[in-house]
Parts: sequence; structure tokens; C-alpha cells
Amino acid sequence: MERDTDAGIPISTLDYQNSGAATILCCNCGAPIDGTTAAEALCSDCLRLDVDASAGIQRDGTLHCCRDCERWLQPPNSWVVAAPESKELLSVCLRRLRGLSKVRIIDANFIWTEPHSRRIKLKITIQQEASQGTTIQQTFEVEYVVASQQCADCKKSFTHNTWRAAVQVRQKVPHKRTFLYLEQVILKSGAHKDTVNIKEAKDGLDFYFAARNHAERMVDFLTSVVPCKTKKSAELISKDIHTSVSSYKFTFSVEIVPICKDDLVVLPIKLARQLGNISPLTICHRVGNSVNLMDPNTLQTAEVPTGTYWRAPFRNLADVTELKEFIIMDIESIDKSKGKYRLAEATVARSSDLGSNDTTYFTRTHLGGILHAGDAVLGYHLTGTRFNDDNFEAIEASSKYSSTIPDVVLIKKSYARKKKSKARSWRLKRMANEYEAEAAAAAAGGAGSGQQSRREQQDANRLEQDYEMFLRDVEEDEELRQTLDLYKVQAQGDAVKEDDDSEDEVPEIDMNELLNDMDELEVADE
Amino acid sequence: MAVRAQFENSNEVGVFSCLTNAYAIVAVGASENFYSVFESELQDVIPICHATIAGTRIVGRLIVGNRKGLLVPTTTTDQELQHLRNTLPAEVKIQRIEERLSALGNVICCNDHVAIVHPDLERETEEIIADVLGVEVFRQTVADNVLTGSYMALSNQGGIVHPKTSIRDQDELSSLLQVPLVAGSVNRGSPVVGAGMVVNDWLAITGLDTTATELSVVESVFRLGEMAPGGAGGAGVNKDSIVESFY
Repeated sequence: MERDTDAGIPISTLDYQNSGAATILCCNCGAPIDGTTAAEALCSDCLRLDVDASAGIQRDGTLHCCRDCERWLQPPNSWVVAAPESKELLSVCLRRLRGLSKVRIIDANFIWTEPHSRRIKLKITIQQEASQGTTIQQTFEVEYVVASQQCADCKKSFTHNTWRAAVQVRQKVPHKRTFLYLEQVILKSGAHKDTVNIKEAKDGLDFYFAARNHAERMVDFLTSVVPCKTKKSAELISKDIHTSVSSYKFTFSVEIVPICKDDLVVLPIKLARQLGNISPLTICHRVGNSVNLMDPNTLQTAEVPTGTYWRAPFRNLADVTELKEFIIMDIESIDKSKGKYRLAEATVARSSDLGSNDTTYFTRTHLGGILHAGDAVLGYHLTGTRFNDDNFEAIEASSKYSSTIPDVVLIKKSYARKKKSKARSWRLKRMANEYEAEAAAAAAGGAGSGQQSRREQQDANRLEQDYEMFLRDVEEDEELRQTLDLYKVQAQGDAVKEDDDSEDEVPEIDMNELLNDMDELEVADE
Repeated sequence: MAVRAQFENSNEVGVFSCLTNAYAIVAVGASENFYSVFESELQDVIPICHATIAGTRIVGRLIVGNRKGLLVPTTTTDQELQHLRNTLPAEVKIQRIEERLSALGNVICCNDHVAIVHPDLERETEEIIADVLGVEVFRQTVADNVLTGSYMALSNQGGIVHPKTSIRDQDELSSLLQVPLVAGSVNRGSPVVGAGMVVNDWLAITGLDTTATELSVVESVFRLGEMAPGGAGGAGVNKDSIVESFY
């Protein structure tokens, strides 16, 4: 019989006894090898060519990523957060490969791929026992296609009516300052973590939750920071009469007392008597979880607890939008103080009157500590205003109080600011919330496009004004600042320090009070 | 010379056949291809016998023999034994032995002078081997395997042992056998050299998977090329003269 064409290795050239460790010839290539250690008569090269350790392992796969929350599907149904090229993502990738459990993984790492290619490449080194006593190590690449799939949570948030409980927070005032403050307090305390959705509604915000206890926690939080009353209602969704199991949707209506800081308030005379016989014409100097009122004539303070307020609700007489600017002509301190307030007697004139007439008003103020002659100050001008308020009419009619109504009530010092305020060295975080879709739709349907855009413009302007006012409050009120988180603004170029600051120094916030924003730090690192 | 063959898709030719210098025994197969390979090489030289042992075809593993004799296991039927006696040359002694290790081909490896046997073989069996086959008997292992017949192929010219056999073991066995030994494999790396091939002094038949390298090792250690100096093709004349020298 004829020999095959594959050439044999001439054996006679090999000296078996003295060839050192080599005792046999590789059955494939004829290379002399040590038979006692080799794997079944194959040299390592032939073994590598012959045996494929990664034979049962997939070389491609599909990863599912949620586009909205950028989490990765860990089958069967969990979603994990994993940064690109992180070890979490690596474990997600490796777990997707079938057959990898039968071999030992020595090393695995990412090969860089362009993110838009929606591909992830992995280099994996494995070891496997080829025959008894021999392991072979092999390196191979696996390519994953990144497919997008919406995760269950995102699905839920994009589906209507998946919430179980809602908290509707309302304050019936024409501005949004309370909510801007509330937003910051919520952000600081992280009370919004469990919300499914946050929507802006007329006069307030709606918070949606997946569970009732989350909503209750939110309500508890709100009652601890703002004066409010809550009402709970439940809507029956379904009921199983066999097991008496029923499911409800709960709605908590939270109404915040419509009295804000720096409002002018006229108490009902009866209530004023109950509150330590305070003069009914007061200003609200602070709002905690109750309303704190002060009589600027005597520095007498009164606290109106939430329960008391809602038994006899009253409106504010005037709010900050009605403040007028006055100039201090003369101020004389009286030796009486309470906390940071100091009583003083002041003679003021309207800024707009300067140069046209010499009308001045005499008033007592609680701002004796910070006001000096020549300062500008904001206050309510009572003589020039006509109020439609029953309580105010009552004190006008009362013999006891009618004489105590001052011409002017001073509220706060006014600082000369540029029309466009210069960039602040600090900023606040904002909460992402949606506009009420229905309200927007209604507005779109109700008005023509031109009118609608004008209304939108007005709304935006008003919101901007409210926000600016809130920011000024934060700057001026240290007590308020304590409850908020302020963040440093990353300096863009070198901030030009303006030297033409007026003598009335606008209050600035000490840099030490500001926090570093984690997100921005990360950006700075790159 | 060395030839590749296959028994019904199996490379383990040593399982289905037994080859000595005086006769060859081949299992009864569904096709005659395997038999034809033997016939083309050995026709008119030595008798080739179709046989079964205990009704099975794994004759190569159940029997062991050399030029002088043949040992069959106790499971061999009288009819089969009679058939063997009728077919084989008269001077070949055939003996049935009572041995617990009845796969004699696996536990005994011999040429015309020496036998390496399983260490647990009974004393009486050892004596019978010495008497019938006319050999010196040594109890030994091959690369720590007790199945000497499976892991070793032996002729009067040389021998091939399990690939994992160390040089020291090879030296030891070689000094017992007085023939050169080499470690090697057949059938593309199979270590079961005894079952993977059959060999006598001028012919080796290996499995069809045996690579060129393995075949060249086999030819060289059994000195098959030297026995047929005319090369693979024109060995017809030489074959006769070689055979004569053995008789």
C-alpha cells in the first residue's frame, strides 16, 4: 500500500535515549516533545490549533439598555446601573455569555468602541482542561450589540395613571416664592426621592407616588416645614368581593397658609385679642411651620399655629408686590429691641415724591438696627391705598385701633441693584418637573397662537421675577439660607470685581457657606 | 511495512485482529474490507483465520499468541476452538486457560521470546503462558498501567509503549525484553497502542487515523523498512525470502 503524501519525519535522525526530556514525537507535526508531560501525544502548538476551549461559548450577544435611565438589563428582569467600561457592566456582559460557566475566566476587559456604534467589545481570556493534566489558555473577542429596551420603571413613569398616591400642594397666592423655597427644602432633605412624577399645577405642585406610605411621608415632611392643612381622600379602584381585597388611589390635599413673609396682615380683632392682645395690624416676619406675626409699632410678636389659622382664616392685606420705596429722612432709635429687630422712629418720604413735594410720613419701625438716614427702604403705603378687607374696615371702625393705623409700614431695606443683576457666585439646584400637560393643552386650545405665546411669555416673565425675588431673599436673609443648600458656580474666566459698588453694599454670601457641586466636580476632572 | 486499515469505522484494529509471525486471526465483519487488507499483505505467506471468540468479534483483546502457540479464554466455545485448531498450522499449540482476567489480549503482551503480563495474573496462568508460548514471563506495568497488552505493541524487532512512559521505565522494559522500545501513539494521538495496531516481524497494521509521523515511528522501531528493502511497492519477492527465514 502506498504511503500518504504527507511527508513523515525521518526518525533515524532522533536519538531517543539521549534527547533529554523529549520522549515522543508530536503525532501531528512530528516535533519531539516530552511524552510524560504532554497532552495525549500533541505538542503545545498543535494542541492550541486542535483544541478550541471557547468552542461552546457565544462570540456575540445582545445587551439591553434602557434609553431613559441608561440602566442595563440583567436577565430575567432586574435593571442595574453600570457606567461604560465599568466592572458592573463587565459582569452584565459576562453573564450574558452562554457556556462561560464551564471554563475558568482568567481575564476580561473592554476593547474601546465608539459609543454611537452601539457595540461593546470584550476580550476574554479563559482556561480549560484539554485532557487530564493539561489546561489550555485562550483569548478571544466577543461583540455585543446594544439594543434599547424600556425598563419597567421607565415604562411605568411613561404610562398614565400608574401612581397609587398623590400629594397636591397648593397655596392660593399670586406668586411662586413659597414653592421655590419648598423646592429647595425638598431638594436638601431628599424628600422627593420616592416620587414617580412631579407636575406643576395652577397654584401649586402635584407629587405622585407609587405607594401610600411614600405619600404619607411627604405629607409629614410638608407639615413639618410649612404651615398647612391636609385632607386625605381615597378613590376605590377595584374590589374583590370574594377576598374583600380592594385597591384604592389616595390623594392628599395639602393647602399651605396663604400668608408669606413680609406680608401685611390684619388679624380679626377677636383673634388679635386671643394672641396676647396684639395690635391687629401686623407684618408677617417669618413663616416656619406656623405663621409668626409682629407689630412693628411695639415689636410684640405672635405666633399663629396652623390649627388656629384654619379655624379663623384671614387673608393678607398686601403682599410684597405692593411695596413702595421710601427714603429715610430721619431716624431715631428707641431703646427697645427684640432679637435682631430694634425699634426706631423714622421720618420717611416716598422716593417718587422727592423733588415734587415735601410730604413726609412719621412711622415706627422694627428695622432700627439696619436703617440710617438717607437709606432707601421698602414699605407699604397705607394712606395712599384703598383696601377691600373686612378686617381692615373693622379696625378702621374700631375706636380703639383706628388711631393706631400708621401711614407707612416699613418692611425691609432696599438695596440699589443693577437692572440686570450681575452673575451670582452661587446657585441653587432645581427640581425637574413637568408642566401640567392638560393645562398647556387647554391653553393651546383656548387661545390663538399669538395670544398664547404672549401669555406664555408673561408666565415666564412672572416666574423669572419670582425667582429673582427669591434669590434676593436668600441673599438678604441668613436665617433662610440655613435651611437651603447653596452651590458654588464654577468661575468662568476671572470674575470681574466691580469697584463701582454703591455705598449701600449689596449683601453677599460668604464662599465658605457654599457647597461644591458633585456633578461639576466630575466635569472639572475630565 | 506498515499499513493503515479500519474495521467497520473503528480505528482500533488491534481489537478485531491478532497478528503473529505464523498466523493471523481476523474477526468476522459485516464487510470483507478489513480481511482484504490482511489478505493482500499475507496471502500465501501465513494462514489468515476468520474467527469469533465466545461469540464476539473482539478477538484481538480476548486471545494472545505468538509463533509457537495461542491462548484463548475460558469463554471460548468448543466449536470455536475446533475451528481454530483446524485452520491454524499444526505446530501452533492452542490452549484454553481458566483465568479470571479473561481478556488475555489486554493483560498479556508477548513476542516469540518474552511476555510482559498483568501483575495480578494467576501463577498457573503464568506457567501455561511460559509452556504454550515458549516465552519468559515478566509481571510488569507500562506507564503505571496494569493492562500491558493494551498499552504496548511488541514484535521480535522492537516495541512501542504508552506515550507517557518515562525514559527510565522504557529502559527497564527494554532490558527485560532485549529489544529497543520507544514511546509513541497511534491513531492520531491515541495512547492505546496495543489495541490500536497489530504487528509482526515484517508487517504492522494500524488504524486509518494514524498520522505520517506515527507511522514513521512505527516503521522505524519495528524495523519494517529494513525487512522490505525494496520499499513499499515492490516487496513481493522479498516477502517470501523473509518469511522463509522465519520458518
